[in-house]
Amino acid sequence: MSPPSVYRVHSLRFRYHATAHEETVWVVDGPTFDVQAGEILGIVGPNGSGKTSLLKLLGKVLRPQAGEVALLGRDLLTMPQREIARLVALVPQETQQIFPFTVVETVLMGRYPHHPGATWSAGFDWESADDLAVAQQAMEAADVAHLADRLVTDLSGGERQRCMIARALAQVPHVLLLDEPTSFLDLRHQIEICVIMRRLRDERGLTVVLVSHDLNLASQYCDRILMLKEGRLFRLGTPDEVISRDLIRAVYGCEVLVDRHPESGAPRVTLPGRNAGKAEVKAKV
Amino acid sequence: MNVTTDQPSAPVPAERLTVATVPMTVTSRSAASGSAGSVLTARRWMAVMAPLSAAVAVLLLICLQFGAQWIGLSQAMELLARSLREGSTEHETIGTIGVILVQVRLPRLLLGLLVGACLASVGVVLQALLRNPLADPYVLGVSSGAALGVSLAILLGMGTTFLALSVLPLCGFAGGLLSLVVVYRMAVSYGRLPIHSLLLAGVILNAIFSALIMFVTSIMEPNRSVGTMTWLMGTLTAPSYPALAVLALYLMIGLVLLLQQARVLNIMTLGEESARSLGIETEQVKRRIYVVSALITGAVVSVSGMIGFVGMVIPHAVRLVLGADHRLLMPASALVGGMYLMTADTVARTLLAPSEIPVGIVTALAGGPFFIYLLVWRKDRFA
Repeated sequence: MSPPSVYRVHSLRFRYHATAHEETVWVVDGPTFDVQAGEILGIVGPNGSGKTSLLKLLGKVLRPQAGEVALLGRDLLTMPQREIARLVALVPQETQQIFPFTVVETVLMGRYPHHPGATWSAGFDWESADDLAVAQQAMEAADVAHLADRLVTDLSGGERQRCMIARALAQVPHVLLLDEPTSFLDLRHQIEICVIMRRLRDERGLTVVLVSHDLNLASQYCDRILMLKEGRLFRLGTPDEVISRDLIRAVYGCEVLVDRHPESGAPRVTLPGRNAGKAEVKAKV
Repeated sequence: MNVTTDQPSAPVPAERLTVATVPMTVTSRSAASGSAGSVLTARRWMAVMAPLSAAVAVLLLICLQFGAQWIGLSQAMELLARSLREGSTEHETIGTIGVILVQVRLPRLLLGLLVGACLASVGVVLQALLRNPLADPYVLGVSSGAALGVSLAILLGMGTTFLALSVLPLCGFAGGLLSLVVVYRMAVSYGRLPIHSLLLAGVILNAIFSALIMFVTSIMEPNRSVGTMTWLMGTLTAPSYPALAVLALYLMIGLVLLLQQARVLNIMTLGEESARSLGIETEQVKRRIYVVSALITGAVVSVSGMIGFVGMVIPHAVRLVLGADHRLLMPASALVGGMYLMTADTVARTLLAPSEIPVGIVTALAGGPFFIYLLVWRKDRFA
């Protein structure tokens, strides 16, 4: 009996602290949309279009100045942070860790919202066998189980990113919010993360919202794509509806080629060939 | 050590049945093959803390022997036993040597243990919250803020009565909190304050507070200002047992409050946004921890002046050996910090006996070079 929409977002507005004498621009400027249960929604848009801020608003890591967000029918802004953390896991684009925590210790942090411990013993609440089992499976899913006892500080960027994804999976969330999940990953691990995402969606009904710069990845793996321009919702629809030459020109301000993926038939974006660029420059001269 | 053996047949909790519709079936094989050797368990905690506590007791006995006059272990034990048996610390029952031992050395060592434990714990906490392994109440100017508060109280004549027990630490608390707020505001305005900016903020705060402290001491009566200067350099003086008990109670409550946040501190090291997404009300947690840290630092500074670098060196060394989990790191650092300060104070009162060096000078001379080493040779880890 899962509800049809996980998130209902209405006229959401956010800006970084405005001061009395300086008006800052709205980073997120009034988008209204739904996130459906069990879908993979991609958020795309140029640099500074408010993608990451929107994602953080969905996790209540940032608080909006105006608008409404409902998570599973409840007002997100009045929900305690811990309750949100049991439903929603957020993986930031980059997590810096300077202290020598091991991978398994980091992944186990994802169990905190489920077992925060009693007030009087909060400092000493040892992880249960169940916590360890969930963490183990999260690590296996994100392909970091073999790194369990390595220090997070010694990992490569991609390994650290997968460790953080494992940490998010250990929260056993309904919704996974991913900020540029593939930006540090090599080709193999990019594909693996996407496959994991789809598998968790199919098997568990996990809802995924991901921010990506990679239009091809979004087109290939997302059910719907939300395109932002200057904090406003420009277009929301299936990859077929959103990934088109005209829309990309309107939002990104550049020319690309869009054709079809030979296997899946999803739209595929290609940079213009060398000659196209030269021709344009010549034309300008 | 395998963690899963603690609960061989853990029942499947209800939560897993409802949320995890995934085939996350816990097969015994997958759980057993989990290479969770680095996970902290109650057993590993005890395996570290029990020997450390024993080491504290042994070190205490060793340090009792040293001083202007050497007191052999057997004699010391006998005198301690007699003092306990008779319930007296007076000259008539235990003699001159007994008085030195019971009224001077023992309370002073216990004070050192307490102060060292508190400085190391506050260091651990500040490092986690500011996400900076070089943070320390002394380096960040928290100690000097507290010292300013205390010197002002002394100037205004609040330090002579027995009420000092409550007034001086409170003034120290106010000064320490002021510094913490300033440092934290700077950290906030930059997101995460890079290490060098943070140190710079501490240097500037220290310079301002030192100037103010010097001004305050310069307008004191001469005899009072000499005492204040000695105290400022970081000195442990033997307290009376009732005063020690009150201080110990107060500081232990503070340490327990910090220890309660151990798991939260673990998560805070991921950064505030990640911590919030893991269900932590970060603003509330930070406010609470900063206030408790300032209370502890204020009290410690009011009794022992500015003892530097314990809060930075000790957590760093302990973290290298035991890892970063604050549930173990914090109490272990407290014990090691206590041992460090007991040793340093023993050196301070033995090296030039019968005169004494302020213990703050010993810790600074030992800790300063370590600090430079970290900053110069290990900078890749903090930049």
